Parts: sequence; structure tokens; C-alpha cells
Amino acid sequence: MNRRGFLKLAGTVGATLAAKKAKARDNDDEKEEFVGVLTDTTRCIGCRTCEVACAEAHGLPVPDVQNDGALEAERRTSDTQWTVVNRYETDEGDVFVKKQCMHCWQPGCTAACLTNAMYKTHAGPVIWRSDKCMGCRYCMISCPFEIPKFEYDSWNPKIHKCNMCWERLQEGQKPACVDACPTDALMFGRKRELMEVARVRIYNHPQKYVHQVYGEHEVGGTGWLYLSSVPFEQLGFRTDLGTTPYPDYTREFLYAVPVVLFAVPAFLLGLRFLSENEEELEEGESHA
Amino acid sequence: MHDENKKGRSFADIIRFILQEMKPRGKFLTPFNVISIVVIIAGVIILTVRFIYGLGSVSNLNQEYPWGLWKGFNVITGVAFAGGAYVLTFVVYVMGVEKYHSIVRVTVLNGLLAYIFYAGALILDLGRPWNIINPIIGNDFGYNSVLFLVAWHFMLYMIAEFIEFSPVAAEWLNLEKAKKVLQMLTLGAVIFGITLSSLHQSGLGALFLMAKSKIHPLWYTEFIPLLFLVSSIFAGISMVIFEGTISHRVFREQIGPDGKSSFDQIVFGLAKGAAIAMFVYYFFKLLVFIHEHHWQHIHGFWGFWYLFEIIGLVLVPCFLFAYGARHRIIGVIRIAAILTLIGIIVNRLNISMIAYNWNVVDRYYPSWMEYVVSFTVIFAEIWVFRWIVTRMPVYEKHTKPAMA
Repeated sequence: MNRRGFLKLAGTVGATLAAKKAKARDNDDEKEEFVGVLTDTTRCIGCRTCEVACAEAHGLPVPDVQNDGALEAERRTSDTQWTVVNRYETDEGDVFVKKQCMHCWQPGCTAACLTNAMYKTHAGPVIWRSDKCMGCRYCMISCPFEIPKFEYDSWNPKIHKCNMCWERLQEGQKPACVDACPTDALMFGRKRELMEVARVRIYNHPQKYVHQVYGEHEVGGTGWLYLSSVPFEQLGFRTDLGTTPYPDYTREFLYAVPVVLFAVPAFLLGLRFLSENEEELEEGESHA
Repeated sequence: MHDENKKGRSFADIIRFILQEMKPRGKFLTPFNVISIVVIIAGVIILTVRFIYGLGSVSNLNQEYPWGLWKGFNVITGVAFAGGAYVLTFVVYVMGVEKYHSIVRVTVLNGLLAYIFYAGALILDLGRPWNIINPIIGNDFGYNSVLFLVAWHFMLYMIAEFIEFSPVAAEWLNLEKAKKVLQMLTLGAVIFGITLSSLHQSGLGALFLMAKSKIHPLWYTEFIPLLFLVSSIFAGISMVIFEGTISHRVFREQIGPDGKSSFDQIVFGLAKGAAIAMFVYYFFKLLVFIHEHHWQHIHGFWGFWYLFEIIGLVLVPCFLFAYGARHRIIGVIRIAAILTLIGIIVNRLNISMIAYNWNVVDRYYPSWMEYVVSFTVIFAEIWVFRWIVTRMPVYEKHTKPAMA
């Protein structure tokens, strides 16, 4: 091996070891508290500055919020919009609701992903990693909020969803939408702190808020939390999702797999020998 | 292939033999050939467009319906239809019921091809198919994913079925010694294969456990995996009856007159097995129905559609199987098999497409191009099946395998 080859090899090995170490550190950090965002829909004025900030932060087409009339109909997030603001006509007048990935505590999408391309980071945001994804769209099947969106018109499609600005969080910044919000409708922080803030607001204004924080318990708890002045059904939220974390629905099945893998072959072999003995008795000599 | 020299056949001879066998035989311009070739050419063109411009250019898949006809029909239904291989290898190799031995080869071949083509159809549906090696090479292993389990089991099961079928190929190539060696692996492959089958047949159902909020409550239950497993038994048996009925017309020369009469006896036995499996399935369905208070959902279109599936396409064919087996009427059994197969298609499509996101306004209907590709996959499989059956000793009476 020449010197250059050796250096190359050493470099590769070193890099691999460093990566392993980084990964180990990543695991240790899992004890850290997850972050999230509290959305107070009573403060939202539907200006859609968050949509613009999100599009700019992620290189998506920036919506023309003055003229596109997008509030007229209910929208879903899409492969070009990681977040959308909808207007709902309620008993309390118009209410605006920002919609994006809920960043579940135990996400269905990451449990569904067979390559861990959908990944729950140690800090809480659920991110998508392009180098791993094979485009099976099982995450879309498994997400109770129908958030992951797929580029159907590309030969090399990506999955699009809010990543809570993971790249900005790593630099110590807040998510772009939170920074951009002119009315402080969005608040970034650890979930425990956010829950305290939410409860204080409900406590101080018991007439203004419904006494529920959407996301506190839904599907086992989510990173994104909502306060509202009207029942959440009126704002397009699904209130029938239950409090069971989605991965729990497949957990029992997966636990049964190793048992089956060992028990069934043993059982089959036993059956096989049983039936063989009978044959021997009948024929005197087993077949070759 | 270590013994080719001993037999006086060089490796080149074998290659020459295979190349010679590649040539088509028999009449070429049959109706089946004409139709299938047109469909396959159209399918290849559509797939080319799909790989250049993306899935949306040929399919009606959308953000609400990420899985459509290719996954719902070709993969999920196709794999259920391939269940005959594990059922029959269990009966013949594990239980030692020699009665069914003559159809094991063709059933295993069908199973193997079904997995290659139908599980292979998954690749057509993947957005980024070149990353399909990721869960195999560990970039990353998503251990907690049901799909990870299903993908690995598909792959391992294909290997197991290939080993089960390999003695036939060895016989075809006149590699006697290789055949003996491969036959010794059969029992291991069979046991391994049955285990894998029970896990991935139920696994295909378990895929939908996390779609709890999307599937109509009449179809969603935590017992979907068990229901998929039990239904794959009679789906596989019905496919063996259906396919065998057609094969006994088309491949008359390979099978011979003896095969015909013994196949009728086999069908009566299979019908009995199917009737029992279907009754067990129906019973499970009933338990789920009562246990999860489903009667409150029996109204409107979905209630009717559910009852149609459970009674018209499970209970009725179940009785027809039992009736046909008892009174030895082969025609009734054939009708039962066809009804059962339709029932399986309806059931699998209900869970993956029809009762999935049932309350969404813009429903998904497959585009004509999706249908063409689905048929392309089926026709391609039939071509390969026919090529193998007319060359390899799949139907010919063969000696008992040397497995002890």
C-alpha cells in the first residue's frame, strides 16, 4: 500500500469512528427534554407571515399572501407548503389556525419507516433524511395528521414536511415561523415550559379559552401545542385520535415476531417427525 | 453446478442448452399472445414515462391515497394469492400427505413467480427505488417498522422458494448430483418458508394497524394481521384450484390423462380445506364484529358493502366449497374458488384503497395506465410461467424427493 492509499484509508477509518462517536453522543442526549411550539390561535390574525418565512427558510415557492386569496378555502400542507394557515368561521368569529407537522412524541411515521429516513431527533423535531428514503410512502399511511407529502411529479421525489427548522435549531436559532410571527401567536420552548404557559393563560382567562391544550395527550402527546377559544372540532382538528401513541398499534405484532421465528420451526419439525413415524409404522421402511 | 464435468457436459454446453431453450415454441399468434404482447408493450412505455416524470404522470395517486392499485392489488392481493405454496408444502412435506405431492412443484413455482413479480411490482411503486438496498445494507435498519419485517421476509422467502424449486431446474439441466444436494435442502427451506409466510402474510395486514384513523371502522380492527393470515390460506387454495383448472386445459400435453383424474381428487380435498379455513375466518370476523360493536356501523353504502363482502364473498363460497366437496361436484367448487378470489381482492382493496380514507371527498380511482401496468405484471408472470412449464419437469410424474 502506498502512502496516499494509507492516508486515505486512515482518513476513512477516522471519519467512521468519529461518526460512531457522534452517534453515541446523539443517543446520550436523548434524555434531554423535547422542544415544541405553542400556537395560541386567539392571537393569530391570519397574516400568513409564517408561511412566507417557512418558504424562504426551506427554499420553497414563496406565497403571495396579499393577493392569492388562499384563506377562502381550507388548505392542507403540500409538497410546496410545509405550513398553511386556515380560516374557520366559528361562534367566536373568524379563527385562524396554522397547520404543520405536530412532531409527535412517539411518531407513527418514524415507526413506519423501514430505513429510519423519518427520524425523531434527540431534541424533538421529526426530520426526513433524503439519503435513506426509498419513497414507499408508508409514513403517509401511518401519520394520523396526514402530514408527510410526496412529490408525485418528480423522478427523484422527496417527502415534504415541517422539520421545526432543525437546521436553525442546531445553530441555536428558533424556527423561522416563530421568529416571524408579529403577534406572538407562536412560542418556542420545551414542552413542560410551554404547558405551564398554556395553563397560565387558560387560568388567567378562563372565559377566553376552552380548557384543553390540543397536543398535550393526543396520540401520546405532540411537540406542537394549540390553545383555542372554541372547541377544537370547529377548527378542523381531529378529536377522535385517542391518546395511544401510534407505534403502540404495531408493537404487539412486532413483539410476536421473534417468538414465531423460533416457535414455529420447532413446532413444524415436531409435526414432521410425528407424521414420519406413522409412515414408518405403516410401511416398515421410510422412503429414501 | 460442480458435477457438470463428470457428466461429460461442460458449462458451455449448459449455457448452449439454456439459450436453445429460450426460443419460443408452438403457435405464436394465439389470442393470448397478441393481447398480452400489446399490453406488455403499453405497460413498458407507461413505466418509462413513470420513471422519467414521476409517479403522478401515470397514476392518480395523491396525498390522501399514497398507496393505490399497484400496492393494493399487485403486492398485497398478489401475495395472498401466492399463499398456496406455504399451505401445500406444509401439507405435503410436514404432514406427509402424499395425495397432494403431484401439484407441489407447480404450486411452488407459482408462489416463487408471484413473489418475484408481485413483490417486485413494489419497485415500480417506490419513489426512490435505488434506495431499496438501504434496509438491507443497514442505511438504516428500521427495526421498529412492520414494513422492514415484510421486506426482509419477502426477500428471504423468495430464496426459500427458489431452493424448494431448484431441484426441478437441476433435473431440467440434467444435473443429477446437484439435484440430490438441492433436494436435501428442501425440508429446511419448507420449514423456514412456512414460518416466514405466516409472518409476512400477517405482516401485510399489520401494515395498516397505524392507519387506524383512516380505515372505515367496519374494516379496521387490531386483528387485521390474524385475518390476513387466515384468509391467505383459502386465498392460496382457491388460486391453486383456479390456476390448476386453467392449466389442465392449456398444458394438457405436459400433464397427461392420469393427471386429470387425480387432480379432481386433489380439488375435492382442497375444497374441504378451504371450506374449513373460510369458516374459521368467518367466525373470527363475527367475533370482531360483536366484540368491537360494529353493528352500529351497519347502515348506508358501507354497511351494505361490508355485508356483501362477508356474506356474498366469504360465507357463500364457504358453503359452496363444502357442498361441492361433499357431493363431488367439481363445477360448484370452481365457482366457489372464483368467488373466493374476488372476495380476497375486494377485502384487500377495501383495506388499502376503498375503505381507506373513506370519508375523503376526492376519492382515488386508478387511472387506465395503472390498470395496464397491473396487467403487464400479470401477463409477464404468465409468460415466464408458461416458458418454465413447457420446458422443466413441473407437471411430469417424478420420483419422490430424496428427503428423509
